[in-house]
Amino acid sequence: MNKIKNLADLRELKEKLQSKTKLREKSEYPEQLVQIKVAMATCCIASGSRETMNYIVDELDKRNIDAVVTQTGCMGYCYAEPTVEVIIPGKESIVFGYVDVKKADEIIEKYVKGGMLVEGIIPMNYKKIDEQ
Amino acid sequence: MADYKIHMLVCGGTGCKSSESHLLAEHLRTEIKNQGLEDFAQVVGTGCFGFCEKGPIVKVIPDNTFYTQVKPGDAKEIVEEHVVKGRRVTRLLYKDPKSDRIVTDSKGMEFYKKQVRIALRNCGVIDPENIGEYVARDGYAALGKVLTTMTPDEAIEVVKKSGLRGRGGAGFPTGMKWEITRQSPGTEKYVVCNADEGDPGAFMDRSILEGDPHSVIEAMAINGYCTGASKGLVYIRAEYPLAIERLKTAISQAREYGLLGENIFGTPFGFDISLRYGAGAFVCGEETALIHSMEGNRGEPTMKPPFPSVKGYLGKPTNVNNVETFASIPVIILKGYEWFSSIGTEKSKGTKVFALAGKVNNVGLIEVPMGITLREVIFEIGGGIKNGRKFKGVQIGGPSGGCLTYKHLDTPIDYDSLIAAGAMMGSGGMIIMDEDDCMVDVAKYFLDFTVDESCGKCTPCRIGNKRMHELLQNITRGNGTPEDIDRLLNLGNVIRDTSLCMLGQSAPNPVLSIIDNFRDEYEAHVHDKKCPSGVCKALMVYEIVAESCVGCTACARACPVGAITGERKELHRIDTSLCIKCGACMDRCKFNAVIVN
Repeated sequence: MNKIKNLADLRELKEKLQSKTKLREKSEYPEQLVQIKVAMATCCIASGSRETMNYIVDELDKRNIDAVVTQTGCMGYCYAEPTVEVIIPGKESIVFGYVDVKKADEIIEKYVKGGMLVEGIIPMNYKKIDEQ
Repeated sequence: MADYKIHMLVCGGTGCKSSESHLLAEHLRTEIKNQGLEDFAQVVGTGCFGFCEKGPIVKVIPDNTFYTQVKPGDAKEIVEEHVVKGRRVTRLLYKDPKSDRIVTDSKGMEFYKKQVRIALRNCGVIDPENIGEYVARDGYAALGKVLTTMTPDEAIEVVKKSGLRGRGGAGFPTGMKWEITRQSPGTEKYVVCNADEGDPGAFMDRSILEGDPHSVIEAMAINGYCTGASKGLVYIRAEYPLAIERLKTAISQAREYGLLGENIFGTPFGFDISLRYGAGAFVCGEETALIHSMEGNRGEPTMKPPFPSVKGYLGKPTNVNNVETFASIPVIILKGYEWFSSIGTEKSKGTKVFALAGKVNNVGLIEVPMGITLREVIFEIGGGIKNGRKFKGVQIGGPSGGCLTYKHLDTPIDYDSLIAAGAMMGSGGMIIMDEDDCMVDVAKYFLDFTVDESCGKCTPCRIGNKRMHELLQNITRGNGTPEDIDRLLNLGNVIRDTSLCMLGQSAPNPVLSIIDNFRDEYEAHVHDKKCPSGVCKALMVYEIVAESCVGCTACARACPVGAITGERKELHRIDTSLCIKCGACMDRCKFNAVIVN
């Protein structure tokens, strides 16, 4: 271990370690960030949702986008797995279907970054209890 | 390696650990490994979440799922359901006792809504045994800032302007203390952290040391730089083994990183910390007694002045601050005094940690801005009184504080208004009592504690408190006279005025404030020889109501001393001279025929 000899050393160390606890800080105010929920039920995992989730987390990090990625249970659109819900602050939540790595890239690039909708949106066919 | 996608924070405070949270963390790790998700989810042992009522706690990040009362056996289900499939385990979620609704997200809990966490900022967030997590949350940045960009006077000025006052009880302005120590002549000075937390029911200092030890170490070093001290000592009671262990780990990590030792941050400033163990005497929380104990002498207080800031440990200027006070310092330095002094009331700035205990739904550790009302603390954060009973009183400040009642519920909590109401901030213990508690008995309990803990050096405290205790004992046994109340008041005032240290000076507080607020209860004991709450056994008389008794003999069979006589299907009677007032007959009777007078 290198000793911290000055303030610059401390800053460097902090930057190196920050990502380890960043997730905990982000979860303090998720409603201000882009929230992405990846469905992770048996059917979703079988269709490759874990790869999708890993890809999304890593890519958001690489592209410097502040977002919280969580996993959720089955959304019910099992015909279109893997499904991903994206909530951009101030906008309605949107569910995308058949999200493989390629689709995920498109969603991040066009919708999350640019606000442009991309193909593959699943219309909501039910209401959530907290919306009633 | 990529970062973890899920963090599972498991409380590792003493409270949760005694409910096997360390085993739980181990099981979670094993289960995650079994699922092959070691790179996906991480289990972190953290400090106290404060919600001790429902421990052990597991918080899953990033979705803020708050699992309560989790047992090691639940690990498999949590991992299989939540980590693998993203489904919350509903049966372990917190249920709001008022609305009966299940709360999935800790942000939706009443308990956390009104809290502002400054001293507890890292408790329940970081792993206290990993200095890296502290650094990642701006740890040691305040020390770096002070050492490289500020003079000691500038740093003291920030602390002074923040309005921070001692969190150990007396509320002395922290910045002023630092300044006096700085101005005291001498080349050898000491920084002492008072971790001798003795109030029954208070555990904020322990939780800070267990959950965020580095914040205290950092602040002590800042204090060393400001006052001109190069040695720090933590006086901690030996019955806090986990806090000691974490503190030791933290100190050695800080040394490894060069944050303690010589030439910190490349400056000529050097500082190191060692530990001193206390045997758990309440009086050693008093700073002069604490210093004597550290020197290897008997833990007895001495007259002030001279104050420790002038003549303390080994006769050298010594700055003694409480754990919570220290824990607030790094944030004040980083965020500025304007930010800190914007929180709180005119004369009490910032936040205070309180330990909620007694008959309240959410027992635990909370941090609230000064100026919040008792009503908000007890009924919103605390979730109200247990079992729907009625609120009667709250003892604030432990055995040195006073007992407040419903008429004080809307008093803003700060140093001065609490003193005006007849209590004191103390270290922040809050014991809540309901209608089933007898206030005379409560006063006796607290006095019992101070009689035990009195060091015996000065007469008013040693003998006076003992006599007060005897008077109270007489009253609770039904032998009190109306003059006893005046005697208590008189004696209490003498002890308050003539004792040597704060222990003696504050010992009569619970008795006096309870006479003040609940005089009718004292009078009921003395005049009517009755205990309205039915606590004082000597004053209770069990009777059988003739109209209700069916002569089933259940009570007679339950009585352990054979005090109940009567034939089958005939009225039973209790021989009061034999009755030991255990209440077994009352519990057994199905017809509510046994009553207490």
